[in-house]
Amino acid sequence: MKKRRCGLHRRFFKRRSQSCAAIDRKGVMAMTKRSGRSRFIVLCLAAAVILFTVFMIIPTLNIFRMSLFVRSAYSTTEEFVWLQNFTRLMADSNFIRSMQNTILLIVVVTVVTFGLALIFAAILSREKIKGQNFFRIIFYIPNILSVVVISAIFSAIYDTNNGTLNSLLSFFKGDTVAILWKGESMVMVSLIIAMVWQAIGYYMVMYMASMASVPQSLYESASLDGAGRLTQFFQITLPLIWTNIRTTLTFFIISTINMAFLFVKAMTSGGPNGASEVALSYMYKQAYTNSTYGYGMAIGVMVFLFSFGLSALVNAVTKREPLEF
Amino acid sequence: MEQTKKLSGETLYKAFIYLALILLAVTIIIPVAWVFMASIKQNSEFYGNPWALPAGVYLQNFADAWSKARMGEFMLNSVIVTALALLILLVVALPASYTLSRFEFKGRRFLNALFMGGLFINVNYIVVPIFLMLVDGDKFLKGIIGNGFFLNNIFVLALVYAATALPFTIYLLSSYFATLPHDFEEAAYIDGAGYFATMVRIIFPMAQPSIVTVILFNFLSFWNEYIIAMTLLSDPNGAKTLPVGLMQLTQAQQAATQYGQLYAGLVLVMLPTLILYICVQKKLTQGMTLGGLKG
Repeated sequence: MKKRRCGLHRRFFKRRSQSCAAIDRKGVMAMTKRSGRSRFIVLCLAAAVILFTVFMIIPTLNIFRMSLFVRSAYSTTEEFVWLQNFTRLMADSNFIRSMQNTILLIVVVTVVTFGLALIFAAILSREKIKGQNFFRIIFYIPNILSVVVISAIFSAIYDTNNGTLNSLLSFFKGDTVAILWKGESMVMVSLIIAMVWQAIGYYMVMYMASMASVPQSLYESASLDGAGRLTQFFQITLPLIWTNIRTTLTFFIISTINMAFLFVKAMTSGGPNGASEVALSYMYKQAYTNSTYGYGMAIGVMVFLFSFGLSALVNAVTKREPLEF
Repeated sequence: MEQTKKLSGETLYKAFIYLALILLAVTIIIPVAWVFMASIKQNSEFYGNPWALPAGVYLQNFADAWSKARMGEFMLNSVIVTALALLILLVVALPASYTLSRFEFKGRRFLNALFMGGLFINVNYIVVPIFLMLVDGDKFLKGIIGNGFFLNNIFVLALVYAATALPFTIYLLSSYFATLPHDFEEAAYIDGAGYFATMVRIIFPMAQPSIVTVILFNFLSFWNEYIIAMTLLSDPNGAKTLPVGLMQLTQAQQAATQYGQLYAGLVLVMLPTLILYICVQKKLTQGMTLGGLKG
């Protein structure tokens, strides 16, 4: 077969001084000498590189550059102010509050989501549950809905007078409950509930997939040794999928910073009185709504550095020897 | 005795598990179902018990949302933007991922690292710089031809969507292309096919499963996206996508209390994604692990 191909090849490319033996030996490498190869590569890559550069690299570099300038809405002139934007930022109590809210959301949403997702995934993948597929399909639904939709749904749930949550609580208490779910004291709790609701299914489905690859024999021998369900979960399941948990944890923390922005923007607009402002929503407010671009970009730089530092920290803290099975 | 005790403990545990699972499922189903129910209620029904079933099927909500709240127009915009962005994305990302994963050339490692780095750039950070860039572009154009082009243009929005989805898409496609054996191309080259023909006729058809995954995930993110759309389509009377129009309605709703229209609008946004999800749910939940995470 190889010989015949080679003969064909020789007939086709007679004008070229390639020896057939070289092709057999080097395979694709021999093709590299064909003309038009570099032109083909350039053509294939050009559009992607241009789009990526124009709409991602340049804007990213611009964040850092603009954070050192003052630019107002109605003129394109920029004034270089060194680190003035950052020193102002350090004294801005609204910014500090928004960072506190961001950290609160990261910690609580991550702990609750991961805890619940791991427990439910362990149950669904270990026990013989009827309708397992049905539960999996349902749990994934929040992930495919737009944050705008989820926010509108939760606004209806949280409505003080006609909301489903208050009416449910009234039913159990036997008295009218009128909690201001989106009031200053409860707004962060409301955000946390909505964000956990949105994220939990995705991580559950992901952990179910990785738990399914843990060999059944390990559990069988553990249960012969008298290990209960909890021991099995902590001694077998968790250590064996640790690499996956670690990766998703880093990813989740970064995405929580972004999801918090999406939820706040659609659900509360940072209100009331900035009680639910998070870092990125404050950046957007400063940069887009107030048109103080330099100041907004300085916030962007801070959040960027914060998220990088945090993911490096999480990576370092969760480092374990990977276990093989 | 021992046996029955163990058995009853077991059943209790099972019952508890089912209860927890059903509770979680209910907290997900009820809010979604509630929106569908609310979308056929009359406006007066929204005061009082929120759990009351709708008195009748009031489809006027959908008609009002469609024309009065401009949801029909917004929906068409969303369809155009999503379809166009997917098309641009595939046309740009497929050849790029193919060359990046299967050709040796100078600068390949650099480009790969660059696109990988792009995975860490979130759109929310760069949306304002993109906006400013387009503002400057419009100012420049106004000086020359008299009117702007970049802002309030759904085609530019589609382009931005495609560009920001590039890193993820290239990462996914490249890792798939890298698994294919080189024999296919060798055979094609020897039969006299050029690089382009080989790529389009041999490689792309083989990549169909991962192309479907790419389309699925990006469809969901483009259809549901609203931060970029809100920023780049800033004209209040101009074109909008469905989520942005909906968000306007939620904010207006606090003042004007057009509940019926609002929930009808919500159904319009949810329905396409839900239908798609029901059709391809298996694919979607499988595709999640495609990134190659080993437990």
